[in-house]
Amino acid sequence: MTTFMHRHILSINQLSVQDIDFILDTADSLKEILERPIKKVPTLRGRTVVHLFFEPSTRTKLSFELAAKRLSADTVSVSASTSSVVKGETLIDTAKNIEAMKPDIVVMRHFCSGAPHLIASRIQASVINAGDGMNEHPTQALLDLMSVKEKKGGFKDLKVVIVGDIKHSRVAHSDILAFSKMGAKVTVCGPATLIPKDVESLGSKVELNIDKALDKADVIIALRIQKERQGKVLIPSIREYALRYGINERRVRLASKDVLIMHPGPINRGVEMTPDVADATNSIILEQVTNGVAIRMALLMLLLSAEQDQ
Amino acid sequence: MNQSLKKLNYSLLLEGARIIDPFNNLDEELDVLIEDCRIKDIGNIRSLSKTTQKIDLNGKWLCPSLIDMHVHLREPGEEYKETILTGTKAAAAGGFGAVCCMPNTNPVNDNPSVTRFIIEKAEKEGFCKVYPIAAITKGQKGESLTEFGDLKEAGAIALSDDGHPVSNANVMRVALEYALGFDMLIISHAEELELSKEGCMNEGPVSTMLGLKGIPSAAEEVAIYRDIRLCAFTGARLHIAHVSTKESVNIIREAKRQGIKVTAETAPHYFSLTHEAVIGYNTNAKMNPPLRSKEDVDAIIEGLRDGTIDVIATDHAPHSELEKDLEFPLAANGIIGLETSIPLSLELVRKGHLTPLELIAKLSLNPYKILNLHPSSLSVGEIANFVIIDPDLEFKVSKENLYSKSYNSPFLGKTLKGRAIVTVCDSFVTFDLLNLL
Repeated sequence: MTTFMHRHILSINQLSVQDIDFILDTADSLKEILERPIKKVPTLRGRTVVHLFFEPSTRTKLSFELAAKRLSADTVSVSASTSSVVKGETLIDTAKNIEAMKPDIVVMRHFCSGAPHLIASRIQASVINAGDGMNEHPTQALLDLMSVKEKKGGFKDLKVVIVGDIKHSRVAHSDILAFSKMGAKVTVCGPATLIPKDVESLGSKVELNIDKALDKADVIIALRIQKERQGKVLIPSIREYALRYGINERRVRLASKDVLIMHPGPINRGVEMTPDVADATNSIILEQVTNGVAIRMALLMLLLSAEQDQ
Repeated sequence: MNQSLKKLNYSLLLEGARIIDPFNNLDEELDVLIEDCRIKDIGNIRSLSKTTQKIDLNGKWLCPSLIDMHVHLREPGEEYKETILTGTKAAAAGGFGAVCCMPNTNPVNDNPSVTRFIIEKAEKEGFCKVYPIAAITKGQKGESLTEFGDLKEAGAIALSDDGHPVSNANVMRVALEYALGFDMLIISHAEELELSKEGCMNEGPVSTMLGLKGIPSAAEEVAIYRDIRLCAFTGARLHIAHVSTKESVNIIREAKRQGIKVTAETAPHYFSLTHEAVIGYNTNAKMNPPLRSKEDVDAIIEGLRDGTIDVIATDHAPHSELEKDLEFPLAANGIIGLETSIPLSLELVRKGHLTPLELIAKLSLNPYKILNLHPSSLSVGEIANFVIIDPDLEFKVSKENLYSKSYNSPFLGKTLKGRAIVTVCDSFVTFDLLNLL
């Protein structure tokens, strides 16, 4: 049997293809629990999961909390404001205080890239990165993999196109790493100002022309455009973005016939994609959300069983 | 100089050292006799009085006083990071007989009272000579000029807003022009802030991999080009601090070819490390300008080799855990450098990029010349000022072994090769690692 030997989930980079297959298989078997009338198993009874969020989050936090609750773990949520540094307590002190209350897993979101890595090096509990700055969001990438695998059976030579603000997106970063690791061919597309330098080194191609990028795509992942960015140098207007890079019905037709439409949410309807595309039969946006709970259940379980093995 | 230090007021023979003295263009194995704090004789010395103490320095280098023209001593204002005492102790342990301290203290060294405070404190406590660099603009705000004349009279030897660029091009032009009347050197911290804003490491594959906001190399290059053109236009003397990119080297090389009066320095980390040192979110590899690519490192070495870069200076920037044990984007810029400069610089000799004479020139002759300072050299009759380097001695960089009050070094835990074993400054023994004297 495959064993899972990781203490933390910080980056897609740390996971092997076998690790990812194992996580996806585990999530797949746990997903059935979510369909039961009584959606709870006793697997993690007596275990404690702390959700430490230094950045606003609705769905990721909800998804993690539900995942922990479905497995009967005790959960606590701390929404530290982004001003905790101003208040004087350092991140390390915050984490050490939480550590002193003996949690088993700390799920952490932070506005600084690398913050979960810093905490993981200082505390005994396992750390799951729930999004760090513009670095990574590994659980999102895993649920994206799961959603694609359910529909396509595998990843080999799939053309995955990620469209939008690649530069500031931790989802894009983790997705590029994850899909290319599993054998898919990843292309990123968006305004050149939102493409990070040397993104090819992560394993993706760059295509600035949206129509060319979408040609024969098997999967389209549209990313959220933060409305705050418009007019602030990087893009002139949301209107122009929607016109030039938004996913609409005409553009979807450029892709392969059974293309999957995905979005990590929350969607700006009419910006990243038109409403008809978001609601089309090939859109799996809500299935991503369901799979998110299953993936997070799998990770909680695997981290705690790995801990028992050691 | 700290008066508690031992003085070389006895008869001492330094036997068989390799003398590397760029002031006299000398690289030769010779003996040096010290008597009553001064150099009595240099050569193959045979006849000695019975009381002369002899030290065998076979395989060691004997060099004139080294100077680090770019350090932060943090006093006044941030004494928990470094003081004039601990910073100059670190300098002596690193083989330096003199340092130039940057003005970004609290209060800023933008008026003669701060300049005099630093000089007086150093005269009383220091383990090396301290030459203060005063601010170009009041409060280093980049708006109005400091009183260059008063600052020079108080003992400031150059002007810089180091830590901050002079963003307004006209202020820089005026500073360069005004400095002409006092023959003062302007040292440029070249950075286009609009380009580097919020950045915390070099922009490239590693910043993309780590998801950190990047600082493009162009942020340094366009600023250097601006200042060089202003230097050419005004005819002033300009020195470019901490050069870190390939195109910066090219721009400076071309300016020198045109006869513009510009000089330049780089720091050991810019020819020893690349941006890959940041991997793992290592805040001890965070500095400004940031560590760059391998291509940049190679260009810096080439710039040192062909003379485009005149000086090696450390940009010694002590920070405590309070500034460094943080999330990477929130951590302060800067690393200490005084005690690792010699081993890292010796690597340039070991790899054949520089001759020993060329290297020592970048640590002594060149910076002294740029600063218009005339230290006592290794010549008969001069007061004893020298450093003895064991180029083969290995040592581990550790919190315990460092003399600096801070230990924010990317070389922490590493074993480096070559270090100063004796430093003598104005005949005071400021460092004696092996108790030879």
